[in-house]
Amino acid sequence: MSQTDLSAVRGDYQILCDFVKPGARVLDIGCGKGELLELLIATRNVDGRGIEISQSGVNECVSRGLPAVQGDADKDLSAYPNDAFDYAILSQTLQATMDPKGVLEELLRIGQKAVISFPNFGHWRNRLQLLWRGRMPVTDYLPYEWYDTPNIHFCTIRDFVALADEVGARVLRAEALNEKGLPIGFNAPWWVWNLIGDQAIFLLEKK
Amino acid sequence: MSNTAKTDAQRVAAHRAALHQATHPAGKMMRFGMDDPLMLDAGTSIAPWQIAYETYGELNADKSNAVLICHALTGDQYVASTNPVTGKPGWWSMMVGPGKPVDTNRFFVICSNVLGGCYGTTGPATINPETEKPYGLDLPIVTIGDMVRAQRKLVEALGISSLFAVIGGSMGGMQVLQWAAAYPEMVFSCVPIATGPRHSSQNIAFHEVGRQAVMADPNWCAGKYLEQDLRPTKGLSVARMAAHITYMSDESLHNKFGRNLQDRSKVTFGFEADFQIESYLRHQGMTFVDRFDANSYLYVTRAMDYFDLAAPHDGLLAGAFMQTNTRFCVMSFTTDWLFPTSESKSVVHALNAAGANVSFVEIDSSRGHDAFLLDEPEMFKTMRGFLIGAANARGIAGPDANPTEQEAQQ
Repeated sequence: MSQTDLSAVRGDYQILCDFVKPGARVLDIGCGKGELLELLIATRNVDGRGIEISQSGVNECVSRGLPAVQGDADKDLSAYPNDAFDYAILSQTLQATMDPKGVLEELLRIGQKAVISFPNFGHWRNRLQLLWRGRMPVTDYLPYEWYDTPNIHFCTIRDFVALADEVGARVLRAEALNEKGLPIGFNAPWWVWNLIGDQAIFLLEKK
Repeated sequence: MSNTAKTDAQRVAAHRAALHQATHPAGKMMRFGMDDPLMLDAGTSIAPWQIAYETYGELNADKSNAVLICHALTGDQYVASTNPVTGKPGWWSMMVGPGKPVDTNRFFVICSNVLGGCYGTTGPATINPETEKPYGLDLPIVTIGDMVRAQRKLVEALGISSLFAVIGGSMGGMQVLQWAAAYPEMVFSCVPIATGPRHSSQNIAFHEVGRQAVMADPNWCAGKYLEQDLRPTKGLSVARMAAHITYMSDESLHNKFGRNLQDRSKVTFGFEADFQIESYLRHQGMTFVDRFDANSYLYVTRAMDYFDLAAPHDGLLAGAFMQTNTRFCVMSFTTDWLFPTSESKSVVHALNAAGANVSFVEIDSSRGHDAFLLDEPEMFKTMRGFLIGAANARGIAGPDANPTEQEAQQ
């Protein structure tokens, strides 16, 4: 297994790892090249598996000794039985799914708990760009133009809280992260996080 | 048919040498006596019986580093050493050997000839000790399950109660899946490549064409050709030609041969092998009959046809893998139409449903089904990575992460 430089890991990965109990069974959906999966195995000793839509990402994972299969969050979660994992993780992928609500329900079905991280479209910079320029926001964190973005279902932190409620999930933990991927570090009403959080991470469980 | 340098006398000598291997293999062999019959799925048993095998590397002190390689339809136990009949190097020497992904410096590698084969494990060409004649069609029909049962007897006789990995492609991959389903406690990890959970209708159809070609050859003599010192070479050759087409992709045939003519500038308006592809297939057929027994071909193709892992579980494939702790790495190739990616995916979905630890890699290759036997760097990289991960989990030394110089150059 290749060495991970733990200090150079994205801030949200560090928080994600903190959300996961050591030794748990984990499914990382949209695992990319396996950076988070490798970190979870290295630091939390999880029994981890990955699903990734790009075959090259999967091949990269497997060639580094990480268990991964090619699959689509929208289509392929149905193959897994109920409560197959302690945690189903969806990192920075929700906004790219065809059916975010269906995917969230699937996460809560196959995982005892679900961990979801996503970019917050309600951040004040996004709001200002739309307000002043009248154009869809393009930021360092959301670098795509509207016509070529893989992110087809953006939401804000408050939207996500409402969706979690709608699918019958309880929020166990949540963190808003700043542009550096570090936790904002104080508790505030959702509307405050919704303004200043670049991204958010939620730990959910079924009610 | 002049595209072979062998004279008839040389050919007869080659056939006799090959036949000798069916009972007296050049390599290792284990015999099981009348008191230790091999039970068969057909409801009968064979005794005495024998299994021919090769080993590479050293078994470690706690016997936790054994790897079983399962060969394909017309393969043999000489996975990484010279085939005594053809004189060719081992059929998977790029995969198995010192410093290779299946590293014989780290692992104790076993490869045995399949039941029904013709390289020293009991098969139709083996001398039946009761009659002193080759079994021929008196051998009961054997299945993939029987092949694996025979391998298990060998593995246990070698003192190994748990295999670190079981690896194989095509029919070898069927054996891998059968191992994982039948003896999960003996399989720590496994790698089924270019295979499927059952033989499809189309695949059975191709096999039937091959068998009918063999049986239509007058020299087949209702299966008793060896007793009359004859060989159904024409029928077996046609069977191989038809099968060989299924191992390649349209793309690879086009790239390799196109419509190119063989040693001539224009077509002859006759039935000579005008096209390179014809000449190539004839050559494949002619050389195959020198190394393979026709009845063995009937038995082993039949074993593949009968394979259906989901059948004992009311058609639900996941039922074959429930509660498994085995780590799986499934591989397929984009242009393989004999065992297309969809077959591998059905295995992966079943493993997901069973909560198994599974990796799945589809490798981009133009070379069709045969890709698993060829130089496919992505396959080697995947195998190496998976075995490193599995070796870590097992607490044994795995292959080195960095490929050997030779591989790096490839």
